[in-house]
Amino acid sequence: MIRLERRPAPSKSWTYLAPLLAVLATMIAGAIMFALLGKDPFLAIKTIFWDPIFSPQFGSYSRPQLLIKAGPLILIAIGLSLGFRAGIWNIGAEGQYIMGALAGAGLALALYPMELPILLPLMVIAGALGGWAWAMIPGLLRTMFNTNEILVSLLLVYVAEQILSAAAVGFLRNPEGGGFPGSRNLQGYPSAHNAEIIANSGIHWGVVAALIAVIAAYVLLQRHVLGFHIKLAGEAPRAAKLAGVNPARLILFCMGVSGTLAGMAGLFEVAGPAGKISIDFGAGYGFTAIIVAFLGRLHPVGILLAGLLMALTYIGGELAQLMLSLPAAAIQAFQGMLLFFLLAFDVFSHYRLRIATGRAA
Amino acid sequence: MDISLINLIPLLMAASTPILLAGLGELVVEKSGVLNLGVEGMMITGAITGFMAAVATGSPTLGFLGGAAGGAVLALVFGVLTQGLMSNQVATGLALTLFSLGLSALLGQSFVGLKPPVTPELHIPVLSDIPVLGPMLFEHDGMVYFSLVALAAVWAFLRYSRPGLILRAVGENHAAAHALGYKVTRIRIFAILFGGAMAGLGGAYLSLVRVPQWTEGMTAGAGWIALALVVFAAWRPFPLLIGAYLFGGITVLQLNMQAAGVNVPVELLSMSPYLVTILVLVVMSAAGAAAGAPGSLGRAFHASR
Repeated sequence: MIRLERRPAPSKSWTYLAPLLAVLATMIAGAIMFALLGKDPFLAIKTIFWDPIFSPQFGSYSRPQLLIKAGPLILIAIGLSLGFRAGIWNIGAEGQYIMGALAGAGLALALYPMELPILLPLMVIAGALGGWAWAMIPGLLRTMFNTNEILVSLLLVYVAEQILSAAAVGFLRNPEGGGFPGSRNLQGYPSAHNAEIIANSGIHWGVVAALIAVIAAYVLLQRHVLGFHIKLAGEAPRAAKLAGVNPARLILFCMGVSGTLAGMAGLFEVAGPAGKISIDFGAGYGFTAIIVAFLGRLHPVGILLAGLLMALTYIGGELAQLMLSLPAAAIQAFQGMLLFFLLAFDVFSHYRLRIATGRAA
Repeated sequence: MDISLINLIPLLMAASTPILLAGLGELVVEKSGVLNLGVEGMMITGAITGFMAAVATGSPTLGFLGGAAGGAVLALVFGVLTQGLMSNQVATGLALTLFSLGLSALLGQSFVGLKPPVTPELHIPVLSDIPVLGPMLFEHDGMVYFSLVALAAVWAFLRYSRPGLILRAVGENHAAAHALGYKVTRIRIFAILFGGAMAGLGGAYLSLVRVPQWTEGMTAGAGWIALALVVFAAWRPFPLLIGAYLFGGITVLQLNMQAAGVNVPVELLSMSPYLVTILVLVVMSAAGAAAGAPGSLGRAFHASR
């Protein structure tokens, strides 16, 4: 009989091995799924994981896309990971991302067509504030009334989506757009455009911000007492209480940081690659970032790698749509599967598998 | 469209049925001490598997069974992961929802734009002949009645039956229940399966009766509202009914107001159900509803030797 035996401490090697095995298992399960859809499974996996980077035909277009897609995912996931470590579940990053984009783009559109050298920095601040404010709603409700932050943050995504659609067809609509939904394109507004820093590299200010966030989170978690409190609150809530960690402050800090980063990610996206406020500029980064955070083991460096991998599945998925007419939904299921497998393999970091023989035990 | 009580109540009952079914399932799951955040995912899966079964067989009844089966299969994945492999319940529930949104869209590709077979209305003899009240309350389809019967059954099961008592004991204190010799994991798996089947039924009701057709992401947060309802109801069946009907009432009212062209932004009306749900959550938590949560809710159980 097989049974699980709890390890005294999580296994270090399995902590690293589990995500790798999860990716491998997802590739196998994904290949089976693609085969069931009547596609060549090997070709599909190659198209998703190999061609975007190494194909001479698509590589030059896809490689910069990797950073464009990974930037927001990493930025959001870093914020989420702090809360997840402390047992504070902000799962409404998608809404905070939208509100950040609306706040930042709203500022730019209000000042249009005035050219102002500090406009983009101001927009970043507005975006950060927009995301922060939207995350503060579940944060404050949690600290003041003990309202479940999981449900409130998630429900606010649907509210934010409605505000976004009101903005796209109403108050932020391009007055010269011939009545079509969508705002002015910020790419055509030099002061507001979050352009590539190095041409054709995919590196815009959002990617830089993501890298800074990775380093800052690393320092916070390894070197700062607040990072220690975050880890303590998640792993031993009672000990945290006895050590004098103020839970309300911790909740507001974690919600605030994750909202701020999600809001900034939204702004960088809308002012850069997306260009304008439209109903579907988001691409679901706020939700995919949850997978990125877990796949990266809630560790800043892990999140950096997981963000790149997840960005690869986005781009590879688009390529597979184009080349193999693989449905877009298949990629979404594929990404979800990855999280499932990760959670399954994680059992080995906390438990040892014991095969009990005979009547031992 | 006419906004009057006689028109509103039957619509309200139909609008509430999906979240009542899903909420009822989740209530039992949470009573057993498990927090399954994948209700939205199980609902959308039930919506498509139910739709597929109904279109393939031409029978709405088989459609609903297909929806329940679809929800239950996904719930089983959640059960194996959280109960067998001790994964984090919050993360696994989220994974379930993210995965299901993709899976359902994939399954539903060739079903977009199709019409499902019509689910007949059951006019209850004698009762449906009562003036005013008859057409209001007794001319619904079978699932509306089923949801009410299920509500009463869950209430009686939890309150009066021995298995119901054991289920509650497992949810309140799994260590004590284990010490008494109850199979904590097995009981929880059954509860999770029931929750999945009920969420699947709720989803199938959306795609077969409420809309009725299949569109991607058609549950639009209904699963999350069902989760919020369980908190609102403080884990008790009858307040869940009140919550579901309150929510259904707001949904119907805002849809009718949109149709009537009331001078309020459409987006504001569309977001009202979510805002009201948040408001209700805040009021309930301020009143201390969280104190009614099962003691072991969301905590993993591993029997040590």
